Order: sequence, then C-alpha cells, then structure tokens
Amino acid sequence: MATDTFVRPKKGRQAHQRLLVEVGLVIAIALVLILVIPAVVSGFRLGLLGRFLALAIVALGIDLIWGFTGLLSLGHGIFFALGGYALAMYLQINTLGDGELPEFFSLYGVTELPWFWQPFYSLPFTLLAVFIIPAVVAGVLGYLVFRNRIRGVYFSILTQAALVVFFNFFNGQQELINGTNGLKTDTSTFLGVEVGSSSAQFNFYILTVVFLALAYALCRWLTSGRFGRMLIAIRDDENRMRFSGYDPTGFKVLVFAVSGAIAGIAGALYTVQSGIVSPQYMDIAFSIEMVIWVAVGGRATLVGAILGAVFVNLGRSLLSESFPEIWLFFQGALFLLVVTALPDGVVGWLRYRLSDRFRRWFGRSRSVVTPPLLELDPDVGAEKREAIDKR
Amino acid sequence: MIEGLIGGLFNGISIGAVLLIVALGLAIVFGLMGVINLAHGELMMLGAYTTYVVQNGFKAMGESALNFYIFAALPLSFLVAALVGLALERGVIRYLYGRPLETLLATWGVSLILRQFVRSVNWAMIVGLVVLCGLFFGGRWVLQRSQRQVAGWMTAVLLTLSVAIAVAVGLLLNQNAGVAFSRPWFSARNVDVTPPTWLRGGLALGTTLQFPYARLFIIVLTIACLAGVYWFLQRSAWGLRIRAVTQNRSMSACLGIPTEQVDALTFALGSGLAGIAGCAVTLLGSVGPNLGSNYIVDAFMVVVVGGVGKLVGSIVAALVIGIVTYLVGSGTLALLFTSAEGLQPLAAFFTFFATTSMAKVMVFALIITFLQFKPAGMFPQKGRTVEA
Repeated sequence: MATDTFVRPKKGRQAHQRLLVEVGLVIAIALVLILVIPAVVSGFRLGLLGRFLALAIVALGIDLIWGFTGLLSLGHGIFFALGGYALAMYLQINTLGDGELPEFFSLYGVTELPWFWQPFYSLPFTLLAVFIIPAVVAGVLGYLVFRNRIRGVYFSILTQAALVVFFNFFNGQQELINGTNGLKTDTSTFLGVEVGSSSAQFNFYILTVVFLALAYALCRWLTSGRFGRMLIAIRDDENRMRFSGYDPTGFKVLVFAVSGAIAGIAGALYTVQSGIVSPQYMDIAFSIEMVIWVAVGGRATLVGAILGAVFVNLGRSLLSESFPEIWLFFQGALFLLVVTALPDGVVGWLRYRLSDRFRRWFGRSRSVVTPPLLELDPDVGAEKREAIDKR
Repeated sequence: MIEGLIGGLFNGISIGAVLLIVALGLAIVFGLMGVINLAHGELMMLGAYTTYVVQNGFKAMGESALNFYIFAALPLSFLVAALVGLALERGVIRYLYGRPLETLLATWGVSLILRQFVRSVNWAMIVGLVVLCGLFFGGRWVLQRSQRQVAGWMTAVLLTLSVAIAVAVGLLLNQNAGVAFSRPWFSARNVDVTPPTWLRGGLALGTTLQFPYARLFIIVLTIACLAGVYWFLQRSAWGLRIRAVTQNRSMSACLGIPTEQVDALTFALGSGLAGIAGCAVTLLGSVGPNLGSNYIVDAFMVVVVGGVGKLVGSIVAALVIGIVTYLVGSGTLALLFTSAEGLQPLAAFFTFFATTSMAKVMVFALIITFLQFKPAGMFPQKGRTVEA
C-alpha cells in the first residue's frame, strides 16, 4: 500500500508558519487562475479549463475516500450527476413563466409538474440540494454497506452496481426527468443572466476556482489532525483500529458523504459550464476515469488529485481531437502504467521516491513516513507480507 | 395461470443461466485470488468474435457445414479467451497480488484496450504486435543472458524502444502496404451471428407456451459447464491444488503446491469460461465491442450475493436474480396483484418497476437489503482466515 501520508504533528510555531505559507500559495494560484489565465487563453479554452477544474473538485473528493481512507468508489458519477440534476431542474423551471412546464413534459403527456420538482422553485433549497442530496444518498448507501463490514473490492463492485442502477433509473424515466436526453441549461437564465452567455460562463469559471480552493481547504483540514489520522488508520489496518476500540463505520460513512457532497458541487459547476446534464454522467467509464485522475496525480496527495484531473483531461482533449481512434489505447495504457509502474502517482513519486534519492546522495537516511515503519520492522514486515500472500 | 407461471419460471431460469455462465469464471477467479477482473466482459466479447469468425469460416464451407459451426466455436472461444487470460495474468495481474483495488483498475485498462483492439484490428496492427513482442522479449532474453540482474530502467528503455519501433512498423504498413493490411477485420458496427437452423424456433408446449431452442441450448450448455468445472475442481489433481490454494495459500505453498502455476491455470480457466459465455450469448443478440459490459455488472452481483469460494452459491444466486428480474421486469408480478382485490397499491408499485431497466433498480435494492442480513453472501467461507 501507499506508504506516504503520515501526518506528522508539528510544533506550534512552525506549523503556524507552514499553514500561512500554504494559504498564501493557494490564494496566489487562485488569483493567477482568475486574473491572468483569462487574459492569456481564448474563451473556448477557458471554458474547457473551467470544466477541468470542476472535475478536479470531484477528484479531491475521490482522493479523500480512496487515497486517505482506502475506499475505492466506482460510483461517484451518481453524486456528480445528482448535483448537476438539482441545479438543472432549478434552471429549467425558473426560466419559464407562471404555470408553464418545461417543454419536454408535453412530449410525454405530462400536464402537472411532478411533486419532486416543486421544491426546486426555490433558490436556497436548490443551493442546499446541490450538495445535501448527494451527501444523503452517499451516507445512506455507505451506512448500509459499511455497517456490515463490507469493504475492499466488494464495496467497489457495489458502488458500480449502484451507478448502473441510477443510470437505468434516470435513463428510463422519460416523463419524470426527460430520460436519455437530459436537461439542457444553456438557454435558461440564472439570476437574470442567460447561462450560456460569455459573461455568465466567466462568472461560473471564477466560482469554480473559488470552490476548488474551498474544497482543497476542506480536504486539507479533514486529512490533517485527528480525523485524518483516523482515516489513514482505516486505510492501513481497519481490524487493528477496531480492536483499539474505535468503530470505523461512522468515520467511513461521514467521509463518504462528504466526498459525495463535494462531487455534487462539482457536478453542478460542470453542468452549467457544459450546458447539459444527462444520464451519460453516470456512465461506468466516466466514474472509473475519475479514479484514474487521482491515481495519475498521486493518491493521498491532494495537489496530485487536482493536477491529475486537469492534466489527464487536457491530454484527453488534445489527443482525442487529433487521433480519436487511439485515445482508448492510450487511456488503457495509462491505467496499466500508473498501476504497475507508478503506484504513488506522479506527485507521490516526486515527493517520496525522488526526495529519498536526493537524501541518499547527501548521505542521509530514508525519510520515515509511516508511523510504525512496516517495511523496516522485521516482525511487522513479515506479518504484513504474510497477509499479502494470503490474498 | 399455471402456464404463465411456468413460462415466467422458464424465462427467469434462462436469464439466470446466462448470468451463471458469465459469472462462473468470475467466481472461480475471485474465490481463488480475490481479484476482480473487470476485463471479464471483454474476454466474453473475444469469445463472441471468435464465434463470428468460426461461423464465417464454416459459411465458406457450405450450408450443411454451417449447422455445426457451434461445436467448433465453443472450444475455440474457450481457447482464445483462455490464452488472452493467461497472457493477462502473466503480464499484468501477477505483479499486483495483494493489491486488489489496483488490480481492478489495471484490468479496466486492459478492457479498454481490448475494446478498441477489436474495433481497429487489422493485419498491420498484428504485424506491429508481433514485432513488439519479438523485440521486447528477445531484447529481455539478451539482457538476461548478458547481465546478472536487469535493472528497472533497462526494461523501461527496452519497452519504450520496442513500442516506438512497433508503432512505426505498424503505421508504415498501414499507410503503404495496401488495403489488405489496413482494412479492419471487423467493422466498428455490431456484427450478427446467425444461429444454426436447428436452434431456431422453439419447443411448443400446450397452446401458449414456447421454449426457444436457443435458450434451451444455453441452459444445457450452462449445466454442462457446471458439471465440467465441478468435475475438474473435485476430481482432478489440479482441481485439488486449486481448492487447496483457495483455502490456505501459505500452507499450500509450504506443502509444495506451485501456487503461481495454480494462479495462472485458474485465471486461464476463468477466462476460458468467459469465452464460452461469449459464444453462448451470440445466440441471443448481435456482437459488438461493448457486448461484455451489458452482462458484467449483473455477473458481479451474482458473485457478491452468492458468496466466495462455493459454486453452489453462484448457482443459487444466479437463478434467484434471474427469476426475480424476469418476474418484476416483465410485469408478471404486477399482473398477479392487479387481479387480486385490495392489492391495487401493490400492483401500481410493481407496474412502476415493470421494465427491464427498472427491474434492475429493484433487484439492486433487494440485494442491498439481503446483504444487511448476510453480508458475506449466501454461502460464506468460514474460519479464521476469512477476516484477513
């Protein structure tokens, strides 16, 4: 497993200084993204970047549960799409006059707004629903699964099945949410501005950057300190944590729900920037791709998740523009390469392997990252190897 | 009423048989190695394409030969899928034991590659692949002869070089060697396999009941596969070794069982069964690169519900899931409650779920409920090793 993320407790003043530096860095990068980048790149590319940054927010959520807690969810498309649908439903019904229905309803002979559309007339409700609905769905699903100590690949398969189920549900319900066609947001108005217009798109871009920074701050806060150490303990040895008197279920449910909420916000931001939300967001492949962004960037490194999401998508849009037919080959090879050759991802490799190499050149010992350094302790090491052999 | 019930049961069982034949290989591999193979569906697809090729070969031999292509296609599909599975195990998965989540992602990568492979495979690509294998394995052989230990970076350089040369050769052939080299073997569109004449139509029973021969054939094939696997696992020497490694890997290794060979063999066996499943489903619909993904998630559910390490769990789970899916999805249950007095809300409830896709929603909800009571499946493994 990854041997990376022991959060070392730092002495008061030094920690404070480091925190200030980090906050300064995040704000500086956000300002560059907001002020400099729009002046340099064209509107089309800026729109792409905005979408990639929205995807980077999901990647942060996945890193939280996979990188830090060891739960591999293959179903994050559910939460992503739920957030997108919540916002799109608000936009659909608030663009119309009183008593009118969205156009597609007449195609299926629906004359009255279905009950679950009603609350979306209200903006505050919608803004809450964007992250609370995904969080609740994730929490319920997580509770039902984790309560029974279902974990590992079982959990992954169940999330994938849940994804297929949600896809079928949204895809099949033509008369409730327009099924396969999805909901378009381009021509609707949000707070009096047309969503598809360039000024609105620019505002959404800024909003995305702000939310990315906020999501980073949230994940950083959650993964440092006591809660973060709990998550890492669950990842590295859940039984041992249980024997120490903690119940992992609550922590896992909570972190899964938070991750779902983050995905919901990302979905809403992505939806308004791409102009449509459809069941395609719950494609099996899309959800697995989210995981690979994190794997490429580096598990359990939050920066890695963001960079992975942005650069893999950038590479995808460049490559699939010029050679659409080899993109799948390339993507498959990326999966294989990252998993076999770069298990810590690019950022993880830079941070641990390369820095270790430097340390060796200067005659220092390896940096110690995992608390009871499993690899170096002969007894523990043997035990761990045995556990691995048993699999 | 009785006829409707029997018909429903038959359809449910036939859905369950398809699920079971898909899940069988998956269950064996998962039981032994704890590895989830997301490329299982693509191995199925390879089996289906093999069937298509065999069928075309027999078509060239004449109409009378066409009736029997399926008996050649079944072993060939098994063989092709098993060989690809073997290569997959030797090339990728054996480096990832003990990291089940990474294995999941790696096999997904393989499945993407396989899907694109059948879309764009042509002679130029085959030549490129042969060149790649020749250069890489030849180079590694030379390195191993000359060096005491081959460093990681040498392998990386060798791999990069061979890939570059192979891609260059492939592209050159593709552009300059004429249509014979650059024409894809299969079009990107789905292809159709025509069942032999004796599998068309159905067995009529009474006035309304009809059992299609193709479905009956799949049920028989599933039973035959089950019997074969059962015999292999319970009666043969290698089956004994597989069962021993499934129970306790370290102990088996101590007693001299070659666990690596057991792993490779089991993986090949599981993949081969996927190939047979692929051959079977060609009787039901057209063959395309995405054929596998239609079945794979349901097959996973069979493994989860059935529990690991026991075939009987998979059998029961597949049948139950198949029957429930059919009864809900076809509206049989809804109809049953509509006729009864006082059960109208229930009837409305089941009518809402009476489509194939909505039936999946309901089955998933039932599976989650089931797992609340039996988290490890119907027939869980017992003992101290389970928790590790």
